[in-house]
Amino acid sequence: MEILLKYKKIQTDGFSFRLAKNKVFFCFMIFMSMIAISPVIFIIAKLIIKGIRQINLDFFYNVAPNTLEAMTAIANGEIIPGGIANGITGSILMVLLASVMAIPAGILTGIYLSENQDKLFANIIRNISEILQGVPSIVLGIISYLWIVINITKGFSAFAGSISLAIMMLPLIIKSTEETLKMIPLTIKEAAMSLGVPYHKIIFKVLLPTGMGGLLTGILLAISRVLGETAPLMLTALGSSVINFDVTKPTSAVPLLIWEFYNDPNLLDLVWSSSLFLMGFVLILNIIVKRIAKKYN
Amino acid sequence: MNKAIIDIKNPVLTIENLSVSYEKGKYAVKDVSAGVKKNSITAIMGPSGCGKSTLLRAINRMHELYPSIQTLGKIYLDNKDISSIPSIKLRQKIGMVFQRPNPFPTMSIYDNVIAGYKLNGTRIKRSKKDKIVEKSLCDVVLWDEVKDSLHKRGTFLSGGQQQRLCVARTLAFQPEIILMDEPTSALDPIATAKIEDLLTELKKKYTIILVTHNMSQAARISDFSMFMYLGELIEYGKTKELFTNPVNKKTEEYLTGKFG
Ligand SMILES: Nc1ncnc2c1ncn2[C@@H]1O[C@H](COP(=O)(O)OP(=O)(O)O)[C@@H](O)[C@H]1O
Ligand SMILES: [Mg+2]
Repeated sequence: MEILLKYKKIQTDGFSFRLAKNKVFFCFMIFMSMIAISPVIFIIAKLIIKGIRQINLDFFYNVAPNTLEAMTAIANGEIIPGGIANGITGSILMVLLASVMAIPAGILTGIYLSENQDKLFANIIRNISEILQGVPSIVLGIISYLWIVINITKGFSAFAGSISLAIMMLPLIIKSTEETLKMIPLTIKEAAMSLGVPYHKIIFKVLLPTGMGGLLTGILLAISRVLGETAPLMLTALGSSVINFDVTKPTSAVPLLIWEFYNDPNLLDLVWSSSLFLMGFVLILNIIVKRIAKKYN
Repeated sequence: MNKAIIDIKNPVLTIENLSVSYEKGKYAVKDVSAGVKKNSITAIMGPSGCGKSTLLRAINRMHELYPSIQTLGKIYLDNKDISSIPSIKLRQKIGMVFQRPNPFPTMSIYDNVIAGYKLNGTRIKRSKKDKIVEKSLCDVVLWDEVKDSLHKRGTFLSGGQQQRLCVARTLAFQPEIILMDEPTSALDPIATAKIEDLLTELKKKYTIILVTHNMSQAARISDFSMFMYLGELIEYGKTKELFTNPVNKKTEEYLTGKFG
Protein backbone atom coordinates (compact mmCIF):
# COMPACT_ATOMS: atom_id res chain seq x y z
CA MET A 1 0.00 0.00 0.00
CA GLU A 2 2.75 2.35 1.03
CA ILE A 3 4.70 1.59 -2.10
CA LEU A 4 1.66 2.09 -4.22
CA LEU A 5 1.04 5.53 -2.73
CA LYS A 6 4.63 6.52 -3.27
CA TYR A 7 4.44 5.33 -6.83
CA LYS A 8 1.33 7.35 -7.40
CA LYS A 9 2.97 10.45 -5.98
CA ILE A 10 5.93 10.15 -8.28
CA GLN A 11 3.61 9.65 -11.16
CA THR A 12 1.57 12.77 -10.48
CA ASP A 13 4.76 14.73 -9.96
CA GLY A 14 5.99 13.70 -13.35
CA PHE A 15 2.64 14.65 -14.74
CA SER A 16 2.64 18.15 -13.31
CA PHE A 17 6.20 18.62 -14.52
CA ARG A 18 5.07 17.76 -18.01
CA LEU A 19 2.14 20.12 -17.68
CA ALA A 20 4.52 22.91 -16.67
CA LYS A 21 6.74 22.10 -19.62
CA ASN A 22 3.73 22.35 -21.92
CA LYS A 23 2.84 25.70 -20.42
CA VAL A 24 6.35 27.08 -20.87
CA PHE A 25 6.42 25.90 -24.44
CA PHE A 26 3.01 27.41 -25.09
CA CYS A 27 4.10 30.80 -23.73
CA PHE A 28 7.25 30.59 -25.80
CA MET A 29 5.18 29.99 -28.94
CA ILE A 30 2.98 32.99 -28.21
CA PHE A 31 6.07 35.11 -27.60
CA MET A 32 7.69 34.08 -30.88
CA SER A 33 4.47 34.71 -32.80
CA MET A 34 4.35 38.20 -31.31
CA ILE A 35 7.90 38.83 -32.51
CA ALA A 36 6.99 37.52 -35.94
CA ILE A 37 4.03 39.88 -36.37
CA SER A 38 5.51 42.86 -34.56
CA PRO A 39 7.10 44.37 -37.71
CA VAL A 40 3.65 44.59 -39.30
CA ILE A 41 2.22 46.28 -36.20
CA PHE A 42 5.15 48.69 -35.97
CA ILE A 43 5.01 49.55 -39.66
CA ILE A 44 1.29 50.25 -39.58
CA ALA A 45 1.58 52.24 -36.35
CA LYS A 46 4.46 54.30 -37.68
CA LEU A 47 2.70 54.96 -41.00
CA ILE A 48 -0.48 56.07 -39.25
CA ILE A 49 1.28 58.30 -36.72
CA LYS A 50 3.48 59.99 -39.28
CA GLY A 51 1.23 59.88 -42.32
CA ILE A 52 -2.36 60.46 -41.26
CA ARG A 53 -1.72 64.20 -40.76
CA GLN A 54 -1.18 64.64 -44.49
CA ILE A 55 -4.21 62.71 -45.65
CA ASN A 56 -7.17 64.90 -46.57
CA LEU A 57 -9.22 65.47 -49.71
CA ASP A 58 -6.40 67.48 -51.30
CA PHE A 59 -4.17 64.50 -50.95
CA PHE A 60 -6.35 62.60 -53.46
CA TYR A 61 -7.21 65.52 -55.75
CA ASN A 62 -3.93 67.36 -56.18
CA VAL A 63 -0.68 66.43 -57.83
CA ALA A 64 2.59 66.25 -55.95
CA PRO A 65 3.93 69.66 -54.82
CA ASN A 66 7.29 70.98 -55.84
CA THR A 67 10.06 71.38 -53.37
CA LEU A 68 9.61 75.15 -53.02
CA GLU A 69 5.91 74.95 -52.10
CA ALA A 70 6.71 72.29 -49.57
CA MET A 71 9.57 74.30 -48.06
CA THR A 72 7.36 77.37 -47.61
CA ALA A 73 4.62 75.33 -46.01
CA ILE A 74 7.02 73.71 -43.58
CA ALA A 75 8.56 77.08 -42.72
CA ASN A 76 5.06 78.36 -41.89
CA GLY A 77 4.36 75.30 -39.75
CA GLU A 78 1.66 74.07 -42.11
CA ILE A 79 1.24 70.63 -43.61
CA ILE A 80 2.71 70.13 -47.05
CA PRO A 81 0.14 71.08 -49.73
CA GLY A 82 -0.77 68.88 -52.68
CA GLY A 83 -1.14 65.14 -52.92
CA ILE A 84 -0.55 62.12 -55.04
CA ALA A 85 -3.30 62.37 -57.66
CA ASN A 86 -0.76 61.96 -60.48
CA GLY A 87 0.51 58.77 -58.81
CA ILE A 88 -2.95 57.32 -58.13
CA THR A 89 -4.17 57.91 -61.68
CA GLY A 90 -0.91 56.60 -63.13
CA SER A 91 -1.05 53.47 -61.00
CA ILE A 92 -4.66 52.84 -61.96
CA LEU A 93 -3.89 53.41 -65.66
CA MET A 94 -0.90 51.10 -65.74
CA VAL A 95 -2.38 48.35 -63.58
CA LEU A 96 -5.57 48.40 -65.64
CA LEU A 97 -3.64 48.18 -68.87
CA ALA A 98 -1.45 45.41 -67.46
CA SER A 99 -4.57 43.53 -66.32
CA VAL A 100 -6.20 43.82 -69.73
CA MET A 101 -3.13 42.14 -71.20
CA ALA A 102 -2.26 39.65 -68.46
CA ILE A 103 -5.68 38.38 -67.34
CA PRO A 104 -6.94 36.89 -70.65
CA ALA A 105 -3.52 35.51 -71.57
CA GLY A 106 -2.93 34.14 -68.08
CA ILE A 107 -6.34 32.52 -67.78
CA LEU A 108 -6.20 30.92 -71.23
CA THR A 109 -2.71 29.59 -70.53
CA GLY A 110 -3.89 28.27 -67.15
CA ILE A 111 -6.81 26.51 -68.85
CA TYR A 112 -4.46 25.00 -71.41
CA LEU A 113 -2.11 23.72 -68.69
CA SER A 114 -4.86 22.20 -66.56
CA GLU A 115 -6.50 20.54 -69.57
CA ASN A 116 -3.25 19.08 -70.92
CA GLN A 117 -1.44 18.02 -67.77
CA ASP A 118 1.24 15.73 -69.15
CA LYS A 119 1.76 17.03 -72.66
CA LEU A 120 5.34 17.98 -73.46
CA PHE A 121 4.41 21.46 -74.66
CA ALA A 122 2.34 22.07 -71.51
CA ASN A 123 5.29 21.05 -69.35
CA ILE A 124 7.57 23.45 -71.21
CA ILE A 125 5.10 26.31 -70.75
CA ARG A 126 4.63 25.48 -67.08
CA ASN A 127 8.38 25.52 -66.48
CA ILE A 128 8.86 28.78 -68.33
CA SER A 129 6.06 30.35 -66.34
CA GLU A 130 7.72 29.20 -63.11
CA ILE A 131 11.04 30.65 -64.23
CA LEU A 132 9.30 33.92 -65.11
CA GLN A 133 7.94 34.10 -61.58
CA GLY A 134 11.50 34.03 -60.25
CA VAL A 135 12.88 36.74 -62.52
CA PRO A 136 13.71 39.89 -60.49
CA SER A 137 11.30 42.69 -61.31
CA ILE A 138 14.13 45.09 -62.24
CA VAL A 139 15.11 42.69 -65.02
CA LEU A 140 11.57 42.80 -66.38
CA GLY A 141 11.88 46.58 -66.32
CA ILE A 142 15.07 46.41 -68.35
CA ILE A 143 13.45 44.07 -70.87
CA SER A 144 10.45 46.35 -71.26
CA TYR A 145 12.86 49.28 -71.62
CA LEU A 146 14.67 47.52 -74.47
CA TRP A 147 11.47 46.39 -76.22
CA ILE A 148 9.06 49.24 -75.69
CA VAL A 149 10.85 52.38 -74.56
CA ILE A 150 13.56 52.17 -77.20
CA ASN A 151 11.65 50.62 -80.09
CA ILE A 152 7.98 51.41 -79.79
CA THR A 153 7.13 54.48 -77.75
CA LYS A 154 10.59 56.01 -78.37
CA GLY A 155 10.64 57.32 -74.85
CA PHE A 156 9.51 56.52 -71.32
CA SER A 157 5.81 55.65 -71.29
CA ALA A 158 2.90 54.22 -69.31
CA PHE A 159 2.64 51.50 -71.95
CA ALA A 160 6.18 50.32 -71.25
CA GLY A 161 5.40 50.36 -67.53
CA SER A 162 2.28 48.26 -67.95
CA ILE A 163 4.13 45.73 -70.11
CA SER A 164 6.61 45.10 -67.33
CA LEU A 165 3.76 44.83 -64.79
CA ALA A 166 1.82 42.49 -67.10
CA ILE A 167 4.82 40.17 -67.38
CA MET A 168 4.95 40.09 -63.58
CA MET A 169 1.26 39.28 -63.31
CA LEU A 170 1.26 36.53 -65.93
CA PRO A 171 2.88 33.66 -64.01
CA LEU A 172 0.81 34.42 -60.91
CA ILE A 173 -2.45 34.26 -62.86
CA ILE A 174 -1.37 31.20 -64.86
CA LYS A 175 -0.52 29.33 -61.68
CA SER A 176 -3.68 30.23 -59.78
CA THR A 177 -5.88 29.42 -62.78
CA GLU A 178 -4.27 26.04 -63.32
CA GLU A 179 -4.45 25.11 -59.63
CA THR A 180 -8.08 26.23 -59.40
CA LEU A 181 -9.22 24.31 -62.47
CA LYS A 182 -7.33 21.19 -61.42
CA MET A 183 -9.37 21.12 -58.21
CA ILE A 184 -12.70 20.92 -60.06
CA PRO A 185 -13.86 17.28 -59.99
CA LEU A 186 -13.86 15.50 -63.35
CA THR A 187 -17.44 14.42 -62.76
CA ILE A 188 -18.68 18.02 -63.12
CA LYS A 189 -17.07 18.14 -66.55
CA GLU A 190 -18.49 14.76 -67.49
CA ALA A 191 -21.96 15.89 -66.45
CA ALA A 192 -21.69 18.64 -69.05
CA MET A 193 -20.26 16.23 -71.64
CA SER A 194 -23.16 13.86 -71.08
CA LEU A 195 -25.53 16.73 -71.93
CA GLY A 196 -23.82 17.13 -75.30
CA VAL A 197 -22.18 20.44 -74.42
CA PRO A 198 -19.30 21.23 -76.80
CA TYR A 199 -15.80 21.47 -75.36
CA HIS A 200 -15.36 25.24 -75.53
CA LYS A 201 -18.72 25.80 -73.86
CA ILE A 202 -17.81 23.36 -71.10
CA ILE A 203 -14.76 25.48 -70.38
CA PHE A 204 -16.45 28.87 -70.48
CA LYS A 205 -19.85 27.98 -69.03
CA VAL A 206 -18.98 25.25 -66.55
CA LEU A 207 -15.31 25.22 -65.54
CA LEU A 208 -14.67 28.96 -65.36
CA PRO A 209 -17.83 29.80 -63.38
CA THR A 210 -17.17 26.88 -61.04
CA GLY A 211 -13.63 28.10 -60.42
CA MET A 212 -14.53 31.80 -60.37
CA GLY A 213 -13.60 32.26 -56.72
CA GLY A 214 -10.11 30.93 -57.26
CA LEU A 215 -9.63 32.89 -60.47
CA LEU A 216 -10.68 36.19 -58.86
CA THR A 217 -8.44 35.52 -55.89
CA GLY A 218 -5.47 34.93 -58.18
CA ILE A 219 -6.15 38.07 -60.19
CA LEU A 220 -6.54 40.32 -57.15
CA LEU A 221 -3.40 38.92 -55.55
CA ALA A 222 -1.49 39.55 -58.77
CA ILE A 223 -2.80 43.13 -58.85
CA SER A 224 -1.93 43.79 -55.25
CA ARG A 225 1.51 42.36 -55.92
CA VAL A 226 2.31 44.74 -58.81
CA LEU A 227 0.70 47.79 -57.22
CA GLY A 228 3.73 48.29 -55.02
CA GLU A 229 6.38 47.61 -57.68
CA THR A 230 8.85 50.45 -58.10
CA ALA A 231 11.94 49.10 -59.83
CA PRO A 232 10.44 48.12 -63.21
CA LEU A 233 8.57 51.43 -63.41
CA MET A 234 11.70 53.53 -62.88
CA LEU A 235 13.09 52.23 -66.16
CA THR A 236 9.83 52.42 -68.10
CA ALA A 237 7.18 54.87 -66.88
CA LEU A 238 9.80 57.12 -65.27
CA GLY A 239 7.35 59.40 -63.46
CA SER A 240 5.56 62.64 -64.18
CA SER A 241 4.56 65.71 -62.23
CA VAL A 242 1.19 65.95 -63.96
CA ILE A 243 -1.83 63.68 -64.32
CA ASN A 244 -1.35 61.80 -67.54
CA PHE A 245 -3.65 59.41 -69.40
CA ASP A 246 -1.60 59.20 -72.59
CA VAL A 247 -0.06 55.74 -72.63
CA THR A 248 2.82 56.87 -74.83
CA LYS A 249 3.95 59.52 -72.31
CA PRO A 250 5.88 59.24 -69.07
CA THR A 251 3.54 58.61 -66.15
CA SER A 252 3.74 58.63 -62.40
CA ALA A 253 2.71 55.87 -59.99
CA VAL A 254 2.28 55.78 -56.22
CA PRO A 255 5.46 53.77 -55.53
CA LEU A 256 7.41 56.04 -57.91
CA LEU A 257 6.19 59.07 -55.97
CA ILE A 258 7.24 57.47 -52.70
CA TRP A 259 10.73 57.11 -54.12
CA GLU A 260 10.76 60.72 -55.32
CA PHE A 261 9.51 62.03 -51.98
CA TYR A 262 12.20 60.06 -50.22
CA ASN A 263 14.87 61.75 -52.32
CA ASP A 264 13.66 65.27 -51.54
CA PRO A 265 14.28 66.36 -47.94
CA ASN A 266 11.43 68.86 -48.15
CA LEU A 267 8.89 66.24 -49.23
CA LEU A 268 9.97 63.56 -46.79
CA ASP A 269 6.72 63.81 -44.82
CA LEU A 270 4.76 62.71 -47.88
CA VAL A 271 6.59 59.38 -47.88
CA TRP A 272 4.59 58.36 -44.82
CA SER A 273 1.18 59.35 -46.10
CA SER A 274 1.74 57.83 -49.54
CA SER A 275 2.99 54.59 -48.02
CA LEU A 276 0.00 54.57 -45.68
CA PHE A 277 -2.29 54.97 -48.68
CA LEU A 278 -0.59 52.18 -50.65
CA MET A 279 -0.53 49.82 -47.70
CA GLY A 280 -4.18 50.52 -46.90
CA PHE A 281 -5.19 49.90 -50.49
CA VAL A 282 -3.33 46.59 -50.70
CA LEU A 283 -4.76 45.60 -47.33
CA ILE A 284 -8.29 46.25 -48.58
CA LEU A 285 -7.61 44.19 -51.71
CA ASN A 286 -6.43 41.32 -49.54
CA ILE A 287 -9.52 41.53 -47.35
CA ILE A 288 -11.66 41.37 -50.50
CA VAL A 289 -9.69 38.30 -51.60
CA LYS A 290 -10.39 36.60 -48.26
CA ARG A 291 -14.08 37.43 -48.56
CA ILE A 292 -14.26 36.02 -52.08
CA ALA A 293 -12.45 32.85 -51.12
CA LYS A 294 -14.83 32.37 -48.21
CA LYS A 295 -17.93 33.07 -50.28
CA TYR A 296 -17.05 30.56 -52.98
CA ASN A 297 -16.11 27.77 -50.60
CA MET B 1 -16.78 -20.86 -71.85
CA ASN B 2 -20.40 -21.34 -72.82
CA LYS B 3 -21.95 -17.97 -73.29
CA ALA B 4 -25.71 -17.59 -73.10
CA ILE B 5 -27.06 -14.45 -74.68
CA ILE B 6 -30.72 -13.97 -75.46
CA ASP B 7 -32.00 -12.43 -78.61
CA ILE B 8 -34.12 -9.31 -77.96
CA LYS B 9 -36.99 -8.78 -80.40
CA ASN B 10 -37.35 -5.23 -81.75
CA PRO B 11 -34.58 -3.77 -79.61
CA VAL B 12 -34.41 -0.01 -79.13
CA LEU B 13 -30.63 -0.27 -78.89
CA THR B 14 -28.39 -2.80 -80.60
CA ILE B 15 -24.74 -3.30 -79.74
CA GLU B 16 -22.71 -5.16 -82.38
CA ASN B 17 -19.23 -6.57 -81.79
CA LEU B 18 -18.26 -3.68 -79.53
CA SER B 19 -14.66 -3.55 -78.30
CA VAL B 20 -13.12 -0.68 -76.40
CA SER B 21 -9.47 -0.22 -75.44
CA TYR B 22 -7.84 2.44 -73.27
CA GLU B 23 -4.36 1.37 -74.29
CA LYS B 24 -3.39 -0.19 -77.59
CA GLY B 25 -4.08 -3.91 -77.60
CA LYS B 26 -5.60 -4.03 -74.11
CA TYR B 27 -9.36 -4.31 -74.39
CA ALA B 28 -11.55 -3.31 -71.48
CA VAL B 29 -14.63 -4.42 -73.43
CA LYS B 30 -14.27 -7.37 -75.79
CA ASP B 31 -16.56 -8.11 -78.70
CA VAL B 32 -19.87 -7.47 -76.93
CA SER B 33 -23.10 -7.93 -78.88
CA ALA B 34 -26.53 -7.44 -77.34
CA GLY B 35 -29.92 -5.84 -77.87
CA VAL B 36 -31.79 -3.77 -75.31
CA LYS B 37 -35.54 -4.02 -74.85
CA LYS B 38 -37.61 -0.84 -74.92
CA ASN B 39 -39.31 0.33 -71.69
CA SER B 40 -37.40 -2.05 -69.49
CA ILE B 41 -34.57 -1.96 -66.99
CA THR B 42 -31.49 -3.79 -68.14
CA ALA B 43 -28.89 -4.35 -65.44
CA ILE B 44 -25.19 -4.77 -66.15
CA MET B 45 -23.46 -6.73 -63.40
CA GLY B 46 -19.99 -8.06 -62.85
CA PRO B 47 -16.96 -7.72 -60.61
CA SER B 48 -15.17 -4.40 -60.35
CA GLY B 49 -13.01 -3.63 -63.38
CA CYS B 50 -14.86 -6.00 -65.72
CA GLY B 51 -15.76 -3.20 -68.12
CA LYS B 52 -19.30 -2.23 -67.10
CA SER B 53 -18.67 1.51 -67.10
CA THR B 54 -16.63 1.28 -70.28
CA LEU B 55 -19.49 -0.47 -72.07
CA LEU B 56 -22.04 2.02 -70.75
CA ARG B 57 -19.99 5.04 -71.82
CA ALA B 58 -19.66 3.68 -75.33
CA ILE B 59 -23.44 3.92 -75.72
CA ASN B 60 -23.53 7.73 -75.56
CA ARG B 61 -20.08 8.07 -77.15
CA MET B 62 -18.46 9.59 -74.07
CA HIS B 63 -15.24 7.89 -75.13
CA GLU B 64 -14.80 10.12 -78.14
CA LEU B 65 -13.84 12.96 -75.79
CA TYR B 66 -10.65 11.08 -74.90
CA PRO B 67 -8.61 10.68 -78.08
CA SER B 68 -6.53 7.76 -76.78
CA ILE B 69 -9.57 5.50 -76.36
CA GLN B 70 -10.28 3.25 -79.33
CA THR B 71 -13.76 1.92 -80.05
CA LEU B 72 -14.54 -0.85 -82.55
CA GLY B 73 -17.93 -2.23 -83.58
CA LYS B 74 -21.29 -0.57 -84.04
CA ILE B 75 -24.17 0.63 -81.90
CA TYR B 76 -27.61 1.33 -83.33
CA LEU B 77 -30.33 3.45 -81.75
CA ASP B 78 -33.68 2.71 -83.42
CA ASN B 79 -31.73 1.06 -86.24
CA LYS B 80 -29.66 4.20 -86.76
CA ASP B 81 -25.89 4.04 -86.38
CA ILE B 82 -25.08 6.29 -83.41
CA SER B 83 -21.83 7.40 -85.00
CA SER B 84 -23.92 9.20 -87.63
CA ILE B 85 -25.94 11.15 -85.04
CA PRO B 86 -24.49 14.54 -83.98
CA SER B 87 -23.23 14.25 -80.41
CA ILE B 88 -25.56 16.90 -78.99
CA LYS B 89 -28.58 15.12 -80.44
CA LEU B 90 -27.33 11.70 -79.41
CA ARG B 91 -26.79 12.78 -75.82
CA GLN B 92 -30.25 14.33 -75.74
CA LYS B 93 -31.66 10.96 -76.75
CA ILE B 94 -29.39 8.99 -74.42
CA GLY B 95 -29.06 10.61 -71.00
CA MET B 96 -26.57 9.65 -68.34
CA VAL B 97 -26.56 9.55 -64.53
CA PHE B 98 -23.27 9.09 -62.71
CA GLN B 99 -22.02 7.25 -59.67
CA ARG B 100 -21.72 10.37 -57.55
CA PRO B 101 -24.40 13.02 -57.75
CA ASN B 102 -22.89 15.85 -59.79
CA PRO B 103 -25.21 18.86 -60.01
CA PHE B 104 -23.46 21.95 -61.35
CA PRO B 105 -22.25 23.71 -58.20
CA THR B 106 -22.75 27.24 -59.51
CA MET B 107 -26.32 26.69 -60.66
CA SER B 108 -29.65 26.82 -58.88
CA ILE B 109 -31.92 23.79 -58.75
CA TYR B 110 -33.99 25.33 -61.54
CA ASP B 111 -30.97 25.94 -63.76
CA ASN B 112 -29.62 22.47 -63.08
CA VAL B 113 -32.76 20.89 -64.46
CA ILE B 114 -32.54 22.85 -67.71
CA ALA B 115 -28.73 22.84 -67.76
CA GLY B 116 -28.76 20.85 -71.00
CA TYR B 117 -30.59 23.67 -72.76
CA LYS B 118 -28.74 26.46 -71.00
CA LEU B 119 -25.23 25.17 -71.60
CA ASN B 120 -25.91 24.31 -75.22
CA GLY B 121 -27.31 27.79 -75.77
CA THR B 122 -30.73 26.50 -76.82
CA ARG B 123 -33.23 29.34 -76.43
CA ILE B 124 -36.61 28.40 -75.03
CA LYS B 125 -39.46 30.47 -73.68
CA ARG B 126 -39.70 31.14 -69.99
CA SER B 127 -43.09 29.45 -69.76
CA LYS B 128 -41.78 26.36 -71.50
CA LYS B 129 -38.77 26.31 -69.20
CA ASP B 130 -41.05 26.46 -66.16
CA LYS B 131 -43.04 23.56 -67.54
CA ILE B 132 -39.99 21.43 -68.23
CA VAL B 133 -38.59 22.11 -64.75
CA GLU B 134 -41.85 21.29 -62.99
CA LYS B 135 -42.48 18.16 -65.03
CA SER B 136 -38.97 16.80 -64.68
CA LEU B 137 -38.89 17.43 -60.94
CA CYS B 138 -42.33 15.84 -60.55
CA ASP B 139 -41.15 12.80 -62.49
CA VAL B 140 -38.29 12.28 -60.06
CA VAL B 141 -40.57 12.98 -57.05
CA LEU B 142 -38.56 16.00 -55.99
CA TRP B 143 -41.01 18.77 -56.84
CA ASP B 144 -42.78 18.94 -53.48
CA GLU B 145 -39.48 19.00 -51.62
CA VAL B 146 -37.88 21.81 -53.62
CA LYS B 147 -40.68 23.85 -55.18
CA ASP B 148 -40.13 26.66 -52.67
CA SER B 149 -36.37 26.76 -53.13
CA LEU B 150 -35.97 26.39 -56.88
CA HIS B 151 -33.51 29.25 -57.00
CA LYS B 152 -31.23 27.94 -54.29
CA ARG B 153 -28.05 26.10 -55.22
CA GLY B 154 -28.49 22.45 -56.11
CA THR B 155 -25.56 21.52 -53.92
CA PHE B 156 -27.53 22.36 -50.76
CA LEU B 157 -29.68 19.26 -51.24
CA SER B 158 -28.99 15.91 -49.61
CA GLY B 159 -27.12 13.25 -51.58
CA GLY B 160 -30.28 11.39 -52.53
CA GLN B 161 -32.04 14.59 -53.57
CA GLN B 162 -29.01 15.64 -55.62
CA GLN B 163 -29.05 12.31 -57.44
CA ARG B 164 -32.74 12.72 -58.22
CA LEU B 165 -31.96 16.22 -59.46
CA CYS B 166 -29.37 14.69 -61.80
CA VAL B 167 -31.99 12.26 -63.09
CA ALA B 168 -34.33 15.22 -63.63
CA ARG B 169 -31.57 16.95 -65.60
CA THR B 170 -31.53 14.08 -68.11
CA LEU B 171 -35.34 13.83 -68.16
CA ALA B 172 -35.54 17.48 -69.24
CA PHE B 173 -34.54 16.31 -72.72
CA GLN B 174 -37.21 13.57 -72.80
CA PRO B 175 -34.56 11.00 -73.72
CA GLU B 176 -35.25 7.53 -75.08
CA ILE B 177 -32.63 5.82 -72.99
CA ILE B 178 -31.14 6.65 -69.60
CA LEU B 179 -27.73 5.23 -68.77
CA MET B 180 -26.98 4.89 -65.06
CA ASP B 181 -23.58 4.00 -63.66
CA GLU B 182 -24.05 2.70 -60.11
CA PRO B 183 -26.38 5.60 -59.31
CA THR B 184 -27.01 4.49 -55.74
CA SER B 185 -23.54 3.43 -54.64
CA ALA B 186 -22.93 6.76 -52.89
CA LEU B 187 -26.34 6.85 -51.20
CA ASP B 188 -27.79 5.57 -47.95
CA PRO B 189 -30.39 2.74 -47.96
CA ILE B 190 -33.42 5.04 -47.74
CA ALA B 191 -32.27 7.24 -50.61
CA THR B 192 -31.39 4.08 -52.55
CA ALA B 193 -34.89 2.68 -52.08
CA LYS B 194 -36.36 5.96 -53.35
CA ILE B 195 -34.21 5.85 -56.49
CA GLU B 196 -35.16 2.21 -57.09
CA ASP B 197 -38.87 3.06 -56.82
CA LEU B 198 -38.26 5.94 -59.19
CA LEU B 199 -36.61 3.68 -61.77
CA THR B 200 -39.49 1.21 -61.83
CA GLU B 201 -41.79 4.19 -62.37
CA LEU B 202 -39.60 5.73 -65.08
CA LYS B 203 -39.34 2.58 -67.19
CA LYS B 204 -42.93 3.10 -68.27
CA LYS B 205 -41.70 5.99 -70.37
CA TYR B 206 -37.98 5.41 -70.76
CA THR B 207 -35.54 2.60 -71.34
CA ILE B 208 -33.03 2.25 -68.53
CA ILE B 209 -29.61 0.63 -68.61
CA LEU B 210 -28.30 0.31 -65.08
CA VAL B 211 -24.78 -0.63 -64.10
CA THR B 212 -24.76 -2.03 -60.60
CA HIS B 213 -22.43 -4.05 -58.45
CA ASN B 214 -25.31 -4.71 -56.13
CA MET B 215 -26.81 -8.06 -57.13
CA SER B 216 -29.91 -7.73 -55.00
CA GLN B 217 -30.62 -4.38 -56.63
CA ALA B 218 -30.46 -5.98 -60.06
CA ALA B 219 -32.71 -8.79 -58.87
CA ARG B 220 -35.21 -6.35 -57.33
CA ILE B 221 -35.76 -3.93 -60.16
CA SER B 222 -34.33 -5.15 -63.46
CA ASP B 223 -36.14 -7.04 -66.21
CA PHE B 224 -33.02 -8.19 -68.02
CA SER B 225 -29.52 -8.75 -66.70
CA MET B 226 -26.11 -8.91 -68.27
CA PHE B 227 -23.18 -10.50 -66.55
CA MET B 228 -19.75 -9.32 -67.65
CA TYR B 229 -16.41 -10.82 -66.82
CA LEU B 230 -12.97 -9.59 -67.92
CA GLY B 231 -14.51 -7.38 -70.59
CA GLU B 232 -16.69 -10.07 -72.10
CA LEU B 233 -20.44 -10.38 -71.97
CA ILE B 234 -20.78 -13.86 -70.56
CA GLU B 235 -24.46 -14.19 -69.92
CA TYR B 236 -27.52 -12.11 -70.78
CA GLY B 237 -31.08 -13.07 -70.09
CA LYS B 238 -34.30 -12.32 -68.28
CA THR B 239 -33.36 -11.38 -64.75
CA LYS B 240 -35.57 -14.09 -63.16
CA GLU B 241 -34.09 -16.82 -65.30
CA LEU B 242 -30.53 -15.62 -64.98
CA PHE B 243 -30.77 -15.48 -61.19
CA THR B 244 -32.60 -18.80 -60.72
CA ASN B 245 -30.94 -20.79 -63.42
CA PRO B 246 -27.60 -19.37 -64.61
CA VAL B 247 -26.15 -21.20 -67.58
CA ASN B 248 -22.56 -20.15 -67.25
CA LYS B 249 -20.40 -21.39 -64.41
CA LYS B 250 -18.82 -17.97 -63.80
CA THR B 251 -22.24 -16.37 -63.57
CA GLU B 252 -23.29 -18.93 -61.01
CA GLU B 253 -20.13 -18.40 -58.98
CA TYR B 254 -20.67 -14.63 -59.05
CA LEU B 255 -24.31 -14.86 -58.04
CA THR B 256 -23.53 -17.21 -55.18
CA GLY B 257 -20.90 -14.81 -53.92
CA LYS B 258 -17.82 -16.91 -54.71
CA PHE B 259 -16.09 -13.77 -56.05
CA GLY B 260 -16.90 -10.20 -56.86
N1 LIG C 1 -9.38 5.99 -68.01
C1 LIG C 1 -8.84 4.74 -68.06
N2 LIG C 1 -7.60 4.55 -68.52
C2 LIG C 1 -7.05 3.33 -68.58
N3 LIG C 1 -7.68 2.20 -68.20
C3 LIG C 1 -8.94 2.31 -67.73
C4 LIG C 1 -9.58 3.59 -67.62
N4 LIG C 1 -10.82 3.41 -67.10
C5 LIG C 1 -10.94 2.09 -66.90
N5 LIG C 1 -9.83 1.41 -67.27
C6 LIG C 1 -9.61 -0.04 -67.21
O1 LIG C 1 -10.60 -0.69 -67.95
C7 LIG C 1 -11.12 -1.80 -67.26
C8 LIG C 1 -12.61 -1.68 -67.12
O2 LIG C 1 -12.91 -0.58 -66.28
P1 LIG C 1 -14.39 -0.13 -65.95
O3 LIG C 1 -15.18 -0.12 -67.21
O4 LIG C 1 -14.32 1.13 -65.19
O5 LIG C 1 -14.88 -1.31 -65.01
P2 LIG C 1 -16.16 -1.38 -64.06
O6 LIG C 1 -17.02 -0.22 -64.30
O7 LIG C 1 -16.80 -2.69 -64.39
O8 LIG C 1 -15.64 -1.43 -62.66
C9 LIG C 1 -10.38 -1.88 -65.96
O9 LIG C 1 -9.38 -2.86 -66.08
C10 LIG C 1 -9.79 -0.53 -65.77
O10 LIG C 1 -8.56 -0.62 -65.13
MG1 LIG D 1 -17.54 1.40 -63.00
